[in-house]
Amino acid sequence: MNWKTFGAMLARDAHVARRNAIQLILQTFLQPLLFVFVFGKVMVSSGFLPEAYKSLLLPGIISISMVFTGIWAVAMPLIAEFQWTREIEDRLLAPISVGWIAIEKVIAGMLQALIAGLVVIPLAWLVLRPGVQISIGSPGTFALILLLIATFSACGGLALGCTINQQHIGLMFGMVITPMIFLGCTYYPWSALKTFPILQKAVLINPLVYASEGMRATLAPQFAHLSIAAVLGALLFFDVLLLVVGLQQFAKKAVS
Amino acid sequence: MAVGIRTQDLCKVYNSAPPLGAAGGFVARADAKGAKQPKNQIPALDGLSLEVQPGEIFGLLGPNGAGKSTTVGVLTTRVRPTSGQAWIGEHDVWKEPTKVKHLIGVVPQRPNLDFSLTAREILVFHGAYFGIGSRARSERADGLLEKFKLTERGNKMVREFSGGMMQRLSIARAMMHDPQVLFLDEPSAGLDPQTRILLWEIIREYHQAGKTVLLTTHNMEEADALCQKLAIVDHGRRIALGAPAELKASIPGGFVLRLRFGNQTPELLKKLETLAGVREVRAAEPAGVDVYADRGGSLISEIANLAVSSGAELSDVHISEPSLENLFLHHTGRSLRD
Repeated sequence: MNWKTFGAMLARDAHVARRNAIQLILQTFLQPLLFVFVFGKVMVSSGFLPEAYKSLLLPGIISISMVFTGIWAVAMPLIAEFQWTREIEDRLLAPISVGWIAIEKVIAGMLQALIAGLVVIPLAWLVLRPGVQISIGSPGTFALILLLIATFSACGGLALGCTINQQHIGLMFGMVITPMIFLGCTYYPWSALKTFPILQKAVLINPLVYASEGMRATLAPQFAHLSIAAVLGALLFFDVLLLVVGLQQFAKKAVS
Repeated sequence: MAVGIRTQDLCKVYNSAPPLGAAGGFVARADAKGAKQPKNQIPALDGLSLEVQPGEIFGLLGPNGAGKSTTVGVLTTRVRPTSGQAWIGEHDVWKEPTKVKHLIGVVPQRPNLDFSLTAREILVFHGAYFGIGSRARSERADGLLEKFKLTERGNKMVREFSGGMMQRLSIARAMMHDPQVLFLDEPSAGLDPQTRILLWEIIREYHQAGKTVLLTTHNMEEADALCQKLAIVDHGRRIALGAPAELKASIPGGFVLRLRFGNQTPELLKKLETLAGVREVRAAEPAGVDVYADRGGSLISEIANLAVSSGAELSDVHISEPSLENLFLHHTGRSLRD
């Protein structure tokens, strides 16, 4: 393992992220904040939704912001760099084994996802207050779940970014991302699906469900939620699965 | 200490279309041979063995799709061979890829510059990937920008660069960590003559510092001007090897007269062989004759007279002086440009 090379690659990604900061900030925060404003503020203050919805919505918004920041941060550059600009070749020729280059991408994506999650909490809280009832009961569990969600998002980005063809990006959004968001228990708790028993079982293959329910369990435990053990177990499973698949796909792309 | 390159019986069969940059012309060749090969099986290298001495400028010459880029890909850890072995110095490329990557610098056929960075940052980050200290890489980047006449553009994003500027920067980047072996895949493709001369000067200078250079080209002039040793490759096989002068001397006679007659007969070919200075006569596809001889234009009047006396009208003549192009034609029956 060549730490100097690994550090230099991380520094490169941080440098590029700083250069594109405004674009990144808009891309990461505009949509969740608009969503929070419309559903948490407009709909609640006009009486269409109850006040308690604010506290239910916030954990979901945090998880969705983290997951899509991580996926986006890793997948989009990889799709372009492997298939179009080929600019990743510079790093593939650096004196480090190919697997570590993929790991570096994952770490960079995790950091972006964690920053997105930690910034969106106060921002959304500012938009929604007063009347938001969230608290961090167990900081250790909360931190662990944040870390597992960040890992899942970055590993998911690696797997998708090394699998999807450039011409299929639109399809990725239509077939993967959109169903994942709407069936990811972000805007409603998993228990709300009990009137649709088949769907309630089916959505359990969606890792975003565990991210949203995990956030809800640690920030707003007053609502019914999946058990923390189930959330931790499932997120760990998806982290490992996506990392293994992602590394395999990356190796296939890196060497022909 | 200078480092050599060696390959033994390299074979590569792509199971899907090879990546664009790694193998420029293979797709065209796959189409041409598509009927013979199982679908999606694209052979690129067919038992290629090479030996490049430390400190040599070695050229791989061949038409598009000959396997040049795949050879470079195998030697630079980017294309895994189906069978065979490759070494840079004493390191097996596929057993010790990280050590090999320390020793090599690569200029790809298609620019692959980091579009998110400025020209100077590309060099500086490249230096950082190779563990060069902060001050040293900054100084070295400035030196290379100066050498490649890019100083004024150093702080510009490379997406605004012209093709020639990108190519210059690619070469500067490959030299940034001062590699022992420099690979250049079609380095002068798309360059204007002035930049090409600058490039040749830089390659010679790099070689004089005791470094090994392997370049691929389908430009005979470039191979002739730069390389101490050449391998001519076609269909993934080596068809000739030697110094440019030796290779040219190995063509019978040296001159090639490509002739076309209105009414070509076997008797005519036999008569052509009897002319003074003619070394070899070959029927060429689709209808024509290649005459290898030790003289060129002075043979034409005799050939024309012979044609008249045989009742065959001479309709086209093309005379080539001794060149690597003729060598390729002699070995394959095809022109490099075909």
